[in-house]
Amino acid sequence: MSLTLINVLFAVVAAIGFAALNAAYLVWCERKGAGFFQRRPGPMENGPWGLLQPPVDGIKLMTKQLVIPGGVDKALFMVAPVLAMFPAIMSFVTIPFSENIVAQNMNIGVLMIFAFASMGSMAILFAGWGSRNKYALMSSVRGVSQAIAYEVPMLITVITIVMITGSMDLRAIALDQSGGFWQWNILALTKSPLMPVSFLIFFVCTLAETNRAPFDLGEAESELVAGFHTEYSSMGFGLFFMGEYANIVIGSCLTTLLFLGGWGCPFGLFPGVWWFLLKIYLLIFTFIWIRWTFPRTTIYGLLNLSWKILIPFSLFNLLLTAGLLKVF
Amino acid sequence: MSGYFSEIISGGKSLVVGMSITLKEFFKPKVTLQYPHQTVKMAERFRGHIELIENESGEPNCVACGMCQRACPSGCISLTSKSVEIEVEGKTKKKKVLTSYDLNFTTCSLCGSCVESCNFDAICYSKEYNLASTRKEDFHFDLLKRLKERNS
Repeated sequence: MSLTLINVLFAVVAAIGFAALNAAYLVWCERKGAGFFQRRPGPMENGPWGLLQPPVDGIKLMTKQLVIPGGVDKALFMVAPVLAMFPAIMSFVTIPFSENIVAQNMNIGVLMIFAFASMGSMAILFAGWGSRNKYALMSSVRGVSQAIAYEVPMLITVITIVMITGSMDLRAIALDQSGGFWQWNILALTKSPLMPVSFLIFFVCTLAETNRAPFDLGEAESELVAGFHTEYSSMGFGLFFMGEYANIVIGSCLTTLLFLGGWGCPFGLFPGVWWFLLKIYLLIFTFIWIRWTFPRTTIYGLLNLSWKILIPFSLFNLLLTAGLLKVF
Repeated sequence: MSGYFSEIISGGKSLVVGMSITLKEFFKPKVTLQYPHQTVKMAERFRGHIELIENESGEPNCVACGMCQRACPSGCISLTSKSVEIEVEGKTKKKKVLTSYDLNFTTCSLCGSCVESCNFDAICYSKEYNLASTRKEDFHFDLLKRLKERNS
Protein backbone atom coordinates (compact mmCIF):
# COMPACT_ATOMS: atom_id res chain seq x y z
CA MET A 1 0.00 0.00 0.00
CA SER A 2 2.75 2.45 1.03
CA LEU A 3 4.74 1.41 -1.99
CA THR A 4 1.89 2.32 -4.31
CA LEU A 5 1.52 5.65 -2.51
CA ILE A 6 5.19 6.42 -3.11
CA ASN A 7 4.76 5.33 -6.70
CA VAL A 8 1.85 7.70 -7.12
CA LEU A 9 3.74 10.59 -5.55
CA PHE A 10 6.78 9.91 -7.68
CA ALA A 11 4.68 9.68 -10.82
CA VAL A 12 2.87 12.94 -10.07
CA VAL A 13 6.09 14.80 -9.29
CA ALA A 14 7.76 13.41 -12.39
CA ALA A 15 4.80 14.27 -14.60
CA ILE A 16 4.58 17.83 -13.26
CA GLY A 17 8.33 18.24 -13.49
CA PHE A 18 8.49 16.95 -17.06
CA ALA A 19 5.53 19.08 -18.13
CA ALA A 20 6.84 22.25 -16.47
CA LEU A 21 10.39 21.79 -17.69
CA ASN A 22 9.20 21.16 -21.22
CA ALA A 23 6.77 24.06 -21.13
CA ALA A 24 9.49 26.41 -19.91
CA TYR A 25 12.18 25.32 -22.30
CA LEU A 26 9.92 24.92 -25.31
CA VAL A 27 9.30 28.66 -25.05
CA TRP A 28 13.04 29.09 -25.34
CA CYS A 29 13.16 26.63 -28.28
CA GLU A 30 10.29 28.45 -29.93
CA ARG A 31 12.01 31.81 -29.65
CA LYS A 32 15.31 30.36 -30.82
CA GLY A 33 13.53 28.65 -33.71
CA ALA A 34 11.72 31.85 -34.63
CA GLY A 35 15.05 33.61 -34.63
CA PHE A 36 16.79 31.03 -36.77
CA PHE A 37 13.98 30.91 -39.31
CA GLN A 38 14.20 34.68 -39.59
CA ARG A 39 18.01 34.64 -39.70
CA ARG A 40 18.62 36.16 -36.29
CA PRO A 41 20.07 34.46 -33.22
CA GLY A 42 17.03 34.62 -30.90
CA PRO A 43 17.41 35.22 -27.14
CA MET A 44 21.10 35.68 -26.29
CA GLU A 45 21.33 37.92 -23.24
CA ASN A 46 20.52 35.74 -20.22
CA GLY A 47 23.12 33.05 -19.77
CA PRO A 48 24.91 31.20 -22.57
CA TRP A 49 22.73 31.21 -25.70
CA GLY A 50 19.97 32.77 -23.62
CA LEU A 51 19.46 29.53 -21.69
CA LEU A 52 18.45 31.36 -18.51
CA GLN A 53 15.61 33.13 -20.32
CA PRO A 54 12.79 30.73 -19.18
CA PRO A 55 13.50 31.03 -15.40
CA VAL A 56 13.81 34.79 -15.77
CA ASP A 57 10.51 34.92 -17.65
CA GLY A 58 8.92 32.77 -14.96
CA ILE A 59 10.14 35.06 -12.15
CA LYS A 60 8.86 38.06 -14.06
CA LEU A 61 5.41 36.49 -14.50
CA MET A 62 5.22 35.40 -10.86
CA THR A 63 6.15 38.80 -9.45
CA LYS A 64 3.49 40.58 -11.47
CA GLN A 65 0.15 41.53 -10.01
CA LEU A 66 -2.70 39.15 -10.69
CA VAL A 67 -5.40 41.56 -11.78
CA ILE A 68 -8.99 40.36 -11.52
CA PRO A 69 -11.09 42.85 -13.47
CA GLY A 70 -14.37 44.03 -12.03
CA GLY A 71 -17.46 42.22 -13.26
CA VAL A 72 -15.81 38.94 -14.12
CA ASP A 73 -17.35 35.64 -13.13
CA LYS A 74 -14.79 35.00 -10.44
CA ALA A 75 -15.15 31.25 -10.15
CA LEU A 76 -14.87 30.62 -13.87
CA PHE A 77 -12.12 33.21 -14.21
CA MET A 78 -10.00 31.52 -11.56
CA VAL A 79 -10.65 27.94 -12.59
CA ALA A 80 -9.92 28.39 -16.30
CA PRO A 81 -6.09 28.63 -16.17
CA VAL A 82 -5.91 25.65 -13.82
CA LEU A 83 -8.17 23.73 -16.14
CA ALA A 84 -5.84 24.55 -19.02
CA MET A 85 -2.81 23.14 -17.26
CA PHE A 86 -4.15 20.17 -15.33
CA PRO A 87 -5.40 17.93 -18.19
CA ALA A 88 -2.00 18.26 -19.82
CA ILE A 89 -0.27 17.05 -16.67
CA MET A 90 -2.85 14.29 -16.14
CA SER A 91 -2.29 13.01 -19.65
CA PHE A 92 1.40 12.44 -18.92
CA VAL A 93 0.40 9.79 -16.36
CA THR A 94 -0.56 7.24 -18.96
CA ILE A 95 1.98 8.01 -21.68
CA PRO A 96 4.63 5.30 -21.92
CA PHE A 97 8.07 6.75 -22.58
CA SER A 98 9.51 3.31 -23.07
CA GLU A 99 8.52 -0.25 -22.33
CA ASN A 100 8.99 0.23 -18.58
CA ILE A 101 8.89 4.00 -18.03
CA VAL A 102 5.22 4.69 -17.56
CA ALA A 103 3.50 6.13 -14.51
CA GLN A 104 0.32 4.11 -14.76
CA ASN A 105 -0.38 2.00 -17.79
CA MET A 106 -4.07 1.75 -18.60
CA ASN A 107 -5.78 -0.46 -21.08
CA ILE A 108 -7.85 2.53 -22.15
CA GLY A 109 -4.97 5.01 -22.25
CA VAL A 110 -5.98 6.52 -25.60
CA LEU A 111 -9.50 7.14 -24.37
CA MET A 112 -8.25 8.74 -21.18
CA ILE A 113 -5.95 11.14 -23.02
CA PHE A 114 -8.72 12.23 -25.37
CA ALA A 115 -11.12 12.64 -22.47
CA PHE A 116 -8.65 15.00 -20.80
CA ALA A 117 -7.79 16.72 -24.07
CA SER A 118 -11.42 17.64 -24.58
CA MET A 119 -11.30 19.47 -21.25
CA GLY A 120 -8.82 21.87 -22.80
CA SER A 121 -11.50 23.51 -24.89
CA MET A 122 -13.58 23.86 -21.71
CA ALA A 123 -10.76 25.96 -20.24
CA ILE A 124 -10.91 28.22 -23.29
CA LEU A 125 -14.67 28.52 -22.99
CA PHE A 126 -14.51 29.31 -19.25
CA ALA A 127 -11.77 31.87 -19.77
CA GLY A 128 -13.68 33.60 -22.54
CA TRP A 129 -17.03 33.53 -20.79
CA GLY A 130 -15.69 34.45 -17.36
CA SER A 131 -13.60 37.37 -18.57
CA ARG A 132 -16.57 39.57 -19.44
CA ASN A 133 -14.72 40.81 -22.47
CA LYS A 134 -16.21 40.65 -25.94
CA TYR A 135 -12.90 39.80 -27.60
CA ALA A 136 -12.27 36.99 -25.16
CA LEU A 137 -15.78 35.66 -25.72
CA MET A 138 -15.47 35.75 -29.52
CA SER A 139 -12.14 34.04 -29.29
CA SER A 140 -13.49 31.29 -27.05
CA VAL A 141 -16.41 30.68 -29.40
CA ARG A 142 -13.94 30.29 -32.22
CA GLY A 143 -11.74 28.07 -30.11
CA VAL A 144 -14.58 25.73 -29.24
CA SER A 145 -15.89 25.46 -32.80
CA GLN A 146 -12.35 24.71 -33.91
CA ALA A 147 -11.86 22.09 -31.20
CA ILE A 148 -15.09 20.34 -32.16
CA ALA A 149 -14.29 20.44 -35.86
CA TYR A 150 -10.85 18.93 -35.40
CA GLU A 151 -11.67 16.41 -32.72
CA VAL A 152 -13.85 14.49 -35.21
CA PRO A 153 -11.17 13.62 -37.80
CA MET A 154 -8.63 13.11 -35.02
CA LEU A 155 -10.77 10.55 -33.24
CA ILE A 156 -11.68 8.81 -36.50
CA THR A 157 -7.97 8.46 -37.25
CA VAL A 158 -7.36 7.12 -33.76
CA ILE A 159 -10.17 4.59 -34.23
CA THR A 160 -8.37 3.39 -37.35
CA ILE A 161 -5.21 2.79 -35.34
CA VAL A 162 -7.14 1.12 -32.53
CA MET A 163 -8.77 -1.22 -35.08
CA ILE A 164 -5.40 -2.18 -36.52
CA THR A 165 -3.89 -2.89 -33.11
CA GLY A 166 -7.02 -4.17 -31.46
CA SER A 167 -6.17 -2.34 -28.25
CA MET A 168 -6.59 1.06 -26.64
CA ASP A 169 -3.50 0.53 -24.55
CA LEU A 170 -0.78 2.96 -25.68
CA ARG A 171 1.93 0.52 -24.63
CA ALA A 172 0.39 -2.26 -26.68
CA ILE A 173 -0.02 0.06 -29.66
CA ALA A 174 3.67 1.00 -29.51
CA LEU A 175 4.80 -2.60 -28.97
CA ASP A 176 2.74 -3.65 -31.97
CA GLN A 177 4.96 -1.45 -34.13
CA SER A 178 8.30 -2.61 -32.74
CA GLY A 179 10.89 -3.79 -35.22
CA GLY A 180 11.89 -1.32 -37.88
CA PHE A 181 10.34 1.69 -39.48
CA TRP A 182 8.54 -0.55 -41.97
CA GLN A 183 6.49 -1.83 -39.02
CA TRP A 184 5.31 1.63 -37.99
CA ASN A 185 1.68 2.51 -38.44
CA ILE A 186 2.56 5.40 -40.73
CA LEU A 187 3.83 2.79 -43.25
CA ALA A 188 1.34 0.02 -42.49
CA LEU A 189 0.41 -0.04 -46.14
CA THR A 190 -0.79 -3.63 -45.99
CA LYS A 191 -3.38 -2.66 -43.39
CA SER A 192 -4.50 0.35 -45.37
CA PRO A 193 -2.68 2.10 -48.24
CA LEU A 194 -3.85 5.45 -46.90
CA MET A 195 -1.91 5.31 -43.61
CA PRO A 196 0.56 8.13 -44.52
CA VAL A 197 -2.44 10.34 -45.31
CA SER A 198 -3.91 9.33 -41.99
CA PHE A 199 -0.71 10.42 -40.28
CA LEU A 200 -0.91 13.82 -41.99
CA ILE A 201 -4.53 14.21 -40.93
CA PHE A 202 -3.64 13.36 -37.35
CA PHE A 203 -0.73 15.79 -37.37
CA VAL A 204 -2.84 18.64 -38.77
CA CYS A 205 -5.48 17.92 -36.14
CA THR A 206 -2.83 18.02 -33.40
CA LEU A 207 -1.77 21.45 -34.66
CA ALA A 208 -5.36 22.64 -34.57
CA GLU A 209 -6.19 21.02 -31.22
CA THR A 210 -3.22 22.66 -29.52
CA ASN A 211 -4.21 26.05 -30.98
CA ARG A 212 -0.92 26.37 -32.81
CA ALA A 213 -0.22 28.56 -35.81
CA PRO A 214 -1.45 28.47 -38.54
CA PHE A 215 -4.64 27.45 -36.65
CA ASP A 216 -4.26 29.79 -33.67
CA LEU A 217 -7.49 31.65 -34.31
CA GLY A 218 -8.26 31.54 -30.61
CA GLU A 219 -5.57 34.13 -30.01
CA ALA A 220 -5.56 36.03 -33.27
CA GLU A 221 -3.77 39.15 -32.04
CA SER A 222 -4.58 41.18 -35.12
CA GLU A 223 -8.32 41.00 -34.55
CA LEU A 224 -8.97 39.77 -30.99
CA VAL A 225 -6.37 41.59 -28.85
CA ALA A 226 -4.93 38.47 -27.21
CA GLY A 227 -7.89 36.12 -27.56
CA PHE A 228 -9.30 34.28 -24.58
CA HIS A 229 -6.47 35.28 -22.24
CA THR A 230 -6.86 39.03 -22.85
CA GLU A 231 -7.87 39.69 -19.25
CA TYR A 232 -5.31 37.41 -17.64
CA SER A 233 -2.15 38.70 -16.09
CA SER A 234 0.69 37.25 -14.09
CA MET A 235 0.67 33.47 -13.57
CA GLY A 236 -2.91 33.17 -14.85
CA PHE A 237 -1.53 33.96 -18.25
CA GLY A 238 1.55 31.90 -17.44
CA LEU A 239 -0.57 28.79 -16.81
CA PHE A 240 -2.34 29.17 -20.16
CA PHE A 241 1.01 29.55 -21.80
CA MET A 242 2.48 26.49 -20.08
CA GLY A 243 -0.68 24.51 -20.79
CA GLU A 244 -0.32 25.26 -24.47
CA TYR A 245 3.24 23.97 -24.56
CA ALA A 246 2.45 20.96 -22.40
CA ASN A 247 -0.33 20.14 -24.86
CA ILE A 248 2.17 20.31 -27.70
CA VAL A 249 4.32 17.75 -25.91
CA ILE A 250 1.26 15.52 -25.37
CA GLY A 251 0.33 15.88 -29.04
CA SER A 252 3.74 14.88 -30.28
CA CYS A 253 3.93 12.02 -27.75
CA LEU A 254 0.62 10.70 -29.08
CA THR A 255 1.70 11.08 -32.70
CA THR A 256 4.89 9.21 -31.91
CA LEU A 257 3.09 6.41 -30.08
CA LEU A 258 0.30 6.00 -32.61
CA PHE A 259 2.20 6.39 -35.86
CA LEU A 260 5.96 6.48 -35.40
CA GLY A 261 6.57 3.32 -33.40
CA GLY A 262 6.91 4.87 -29.93
CA TRP A 263 10.32 4.05 -28.44
CA GLY A 264 11.31 1.68 -31.26
CA CYS A 265 14.38 2.43 -33.33
CA PRO A 266 13.84 2.87 -37.08
CA PHE A 267 16.34 0.06 -37.72
CA GLY A 268 15.43 -2.17 -34.81
CA LEU A 269 18.53 -1.26 -32.76
CA PHE A 270 18.58 -0.32 -29.06
CA PRO A 271 14.92 0.52 -28.55
CA GLY A 272 14.55 2.82 -25.59
CA VAL A 273 13.45 6.10 -24.18
CA TRP A 274 16.06 8.06 -26.19
CA TRP A 275 14.36 7.18 -29.46
CA PHE A 276 11.06 8.31 -28.02
CA LEU A 277 12.51 11.65 -26.92
CA LEU A 278 14.27 12.10 -30.28
CA LYS A 279 11.02 11.51 -32.13
CA ILE A 280 8.92 13.84 -30.00
CA TYR A 281 11.47 16.64 -30.21
CA LEU A 282 11.69 16.23 -33.98
CA LEU A 283 7.91 16.55 -34.11
CA ILE A 284 8.04 19.61 -31.85
CA PHE A 285 10.64 21.12 -34.17
CA THR A 286 8.19 20.57 -37.01
CA PHE A 287 5.53 22.36 -34.95
CA ILE A 288 7.84 25.35 -34.57
CA TRP A 289 8.89 25.12 -38.21
CA ILE A 290 5.26 25.24 -39.35
CA ARG A 291 4.44 28.08 -37.02
CA TRP A 292 7.16 30.31 -38.44
CA THR A 293 6.42 29.38 -42.04
CA PHE A 294 2.69 29.79 -42.55
CA PRO A 295 0.45 32.76 -41.89
CA ARG A 296 -2.73 32.30 -39.88
CA THR A 297 -5.72 30.85 -41.73
CA THR A 298 -9.16 32.37 -41.76
CA ILE A 299 -11.93 30.87 -39.65
CA TYR A 300 -13.89 29.57 -42.64
CA GLY A 301 -10.67 28.23 -44.21
CA LEU A 302 -10.04 26.39 -40.99
CA LEU A 303 -13.51 24.88 -40.75
CA ASN A 304 -13.58 24.05 -44.46
CA LEU A 305 -10.33 22.17 -44.14
CA SER A 306 -11.75 20.05 -41.37
CA TRP A 307 -15.27 19.34 -42.63
CA LYS A 308 -14.54 19.16 -46.35
CA ILE A 309 -11.15 17.50 -46.49
CA LEU A 310 -9.97 15.93 -43.24
CA ILE A 311 -13.24 14.29 -42.16
CA PRO A 312 -14.06 12.69 -45.56
CA PHE A 313 -10.51 11.41 -45.92
CA SER A 314 -10.34 10.01 -42.41
CA LEU A 315 -13.77 8.40 -42.78
CA PHE A 316 -12.74 6.84 -46.07
CA ASN A 317 -9.57 5.51 -44.49
CA LEU A 318 -11.58 4.12 -41.58
CA LEU A 319 -13.89 2.25 -43.96
CA LEU A 320 -11.00 1.06 -46.10
CA THR A 321 -9.09 -0.23 -43.07
CA ALA A 322 -12.16 -1.93 -41.69
CA GLY A 323 -12.80 -3.59 -45.05
CA LEU A 324 -9.21 -4.73 -45.50
CA LEU A 325 -9.08 -6.07 -41.93
CA LYS A 326 -12.25 -8.05 -42.58
CA VAL A 327 -11.08 -9.44 -45.92
CA PHE A 328 -7.52 -10.44 -44.93
CA MET B 1 -14.84 16.78 -58.04
CA SER B 2 -11.62 16.96 -60.08
CA GLY B 3 -11.17 20.52 -58.79
CA TYR B 4 -11.38 19.18 -55.24
CA PHE B 5 -8.43 16.83 -55.58
CA SER B 6 -6.30 19.13 -57.72
CA GLU B 7 -6.78 21.87 -55.15
CA ILE B 8 -5.63 19.59 -52.35
CA ILE B 9 -2.58 18.49 -54.34
CA SER B 10 -1.55 21.98 -55.48
CA GLY B 11 -2.21 23.37 -51.99
CA GLY B 12 -0.13 20.64 -50.40
CA LYS B 13 2.67 21.28 -52.87
CA SER B 14 2.72 24.99 -52.05
CA LEU B 15 2.93 24.16 -48.34
CA VAL B 16 5.93 21.90 -48.96
CA VAL B 17 7.61 24.62 -51.05
CA GLY B 18 7.09 27.14 -48.26
CA MET B 19 8.48 24.81 -45.62
CA SER B 20 11.55 23.96 -47.70
CA ILE B 21 12.29 27.67 -48.10
CA THR B 22 12.13 28.34 -44.37
CA LEU B 23 14.25 25.27 -43.64
CA LYS B 24 16.96 26.58 -45.97
CA GLU B 25 16.83 29.95 -44.21
CA PHE B 26 17.19 28.14 -40.87
CA PHE B 27 20.72 27.01 -41.71
CA LYS B 28 21.92 30.20 -43.36
CA PRO B 29 24.21 32.55 -41.41
CA LYS B 30 22.62 35.18 -39.24
CA VAL B 31 22.28 38.67 -40.64
CA THR B 32 21.47 40.66 -37.51
CA LEU B 33 23.82 42.44 -35.15
CA GLN B 34 23.80 42.07 -31.34
CA TYR B 35 23.33 45.79 -30.95
CA PRO B 36 24.72 46.93 -27.62
CA HIS B 37 27.68 44.57 -28.03
CA GLN B 38 28.25 45.16 -31.73
CA THR B 39 27.56 48.33 -33.63
CA VAL B 40 27.17 49.12 -37.27
CA LYS B 41 30.02 50.88 -39.06
CA MET B 42 28.39 54.07 -40.21
CA ALA B 43 28.27 55.06 -43.85
CA GLU B 44 30.87 57.43 -45.34
CA ARG B 45 28.40 60.28 -45.69
CA PHE B 46 26.69 59.89 -42.34
CA ARG B 47 26.10 63.25 -40.65
CA GLY B 48 26.60 63.17 -36.91
CA HIS B 49 27.40 66.19 -34.82
CA ILE B 50 30.49 68.09 -35.92
CA GLU B 51 34.00 67.34 -34.78
CA LEU B 52 37.25 69.32 -35.08
CA ILE B 53 39.91 68.06 -37.48
CA GLU B 54 43.52 68.06 -36.28
CA ASN B 55 46.74 68.69 -38.13
CA GLU B 56 49.89 66.54 -37.89
CA SER B 57 50.99 68.04 -34.60
CA GLY B 58 47.66 67.30 -32.97
CA GLU B 59 46.47 70.91 -32.92
CA PRO B 60 43.12 71.83 -34.48
CA ASN B 61 43.13 72.98 -38.09
CA CYS B 62 40.81 75.77 -37.03
CA VAL B 63 42.04 79.37 -37.42
CA ALA B 64 39.12 80.75 -35.42
CA CYS B 65 37.74 82.79 -38.33
CA GLY B 66 34.20 82.26 -37.01
CA MET B 67 32.62 81.45 -40.37
CA CYS B 68 30.90 78.38 -38.97
CA GLN B 69 29.51 80.38 -36.11
CA ARG B 70 28.01 82.86 -38.54
CA ALA B 71 26.76 80.22 -40.94
CA CYS B 72 24.85 78.31 -38.28
CA PRO B 73 21.14 79.11 -38.59
CA SER B 74 20.37 77.85 -35.08
CA GLY B 75 23.27 79.48 -33.32
CA CYS B 76 24.61 76.26 -31.90
CA ILE B 77 28.26 77.06 -32.30
CA SER B 78 30.14 79.46 -30.03
CA LEU B 79 33.91 79.72 -30.19
CA THR B 80 36.47 81.93 -28.52
CA SER B 81 40.05 82.61 -29.46
CA LYS B 82 43.08 84.58 -28.40
CA SER B 83 45.87 85.91 -30.47
CA VAL B 84 49.39 84.71 -29.82
CA GLU B 85 52.71 85.69 -31.34
CA ILE B 86 54.64 82.91 -32.96
CA GLU B 87 57.99 82.94 -34.70
CA VAL B 88 58.12 81.71 -38.27
CA GLU B 89 61.49 81.89 -40.04
CA GLY B 90 62.92 84.55 -37.78
CA LYS B 91 59.93 86.89 -37.97
CA THR B 92 57.27 87.24 -35.31
CA LYS B 93 53.75 86.76 -36.54
CA LYS B 94 50.38 87.18 -34.92
CA LYS B 95 48.10 84.20 -35.06
CA LYS B 96 44.68 83.42 -33.70
CA VAL B 97 44.44 80.28 -31.61
CA LEU B 98 41.24 78.55 -30.64
CA THR B 99 40.62 78.56 -26.90
CA SER B 100 37.16 76.98 -26.82
CA TYR B 101 34.72 75.57 -29.29
CA ASP B 102 31.29 74.76 -27.86
CA LEU B 103 28.58 72.99 -29.77
CA ASN B 104 25.04 73.05 -28.42
CA PHE B 105 23.74 69.92 -30.11
CA THR B 106 20.23 70.28 -28.63
CA THR B 107 19.30 72.92 -31.22
CA CYS B 108 21.42 71.63 -34.10
CA SER B 109 19.36 70.68 -37.15
CA LEU B 110 22.26 68.90 -38.86
CA CYS B 111 22.01 71.20 -41.92
CA GLY B 112 25.77 71.08 -42.44
CA SER B 113 26.18 74.79 -43.23
CA CYS B 114 29.09 74.98 -40.78
CA VAL B 115 31.06 72.28 -42.59
CA GLU B 116 30.29 73.82 -45.97
CA SER B 117 31.32 77.30 -44.88
CA CYS B 118 34.65 76.21 -43.46
CA ASN B 119 37.55 77.13 -45.73
CA PHE B 120 40.28 75.52 -43.67
CA ASP B 121 39.08 71.93 -43.57
CA ALA B 122 38.74 72.25 -39.81
CA ILE B 123 35.41 70.54 -39.04
CA CYS B 124 33.83 67.32 -40.18
CA TYR B 125 30.86 65.16 -39.28
CA SER B 126 31.46 62.55 -36.62
CA LYS B 127 30.13 59.04 -36.92
CA GLU B 128 28.63 59.20 -33.45
CA TYR B 129 25.00 58.07 -33.28
CA ASN B 130 24.64 56.49 -29.84
CA LEU B 131 23.45 59.72 -28.31
CA ALA B 132 20.83 59.37 -25.62
CA SER B 133 20.58 61.06 -22.30
CA THR B 134 18.08 62.39 -19.81
CA ARG B 135 20.05 65.60 -19.26
CA LYS B 136 20.42 68.27 -21.91
CA GLU B 137 23.85 69.24 -20.56
CA ASP B 138 25.13 66.01 -22.07
CA PHE B 139 24.58 67.48 -25.52
CA HIS B 140 26.67 70.58 -24.93
CA PHE B 141 29.89 69.36 -26.45
CA ASP B 142 33.26 70.95 -25.83
CA LEU B 143 34.84 69.98 -29.11
CA LEU B 144 38.33 71.13 -28.13
CA LYS B 145 38.21 68.85 -25.11
CA ARG B 146 36.95 65.99 -27.27
CA LEU B 147 39.88 66.54 -29.63
CA LYS B 148 42.38 66.40 -26.76
CA GLU B 149 40.72 63.26 -25.39
CA ARG B 150 40.93 61.68 -28.81
CA ASN B 151 44.63 62.42 -29.00
CA SER B 152 45.52 61.31 -25.50
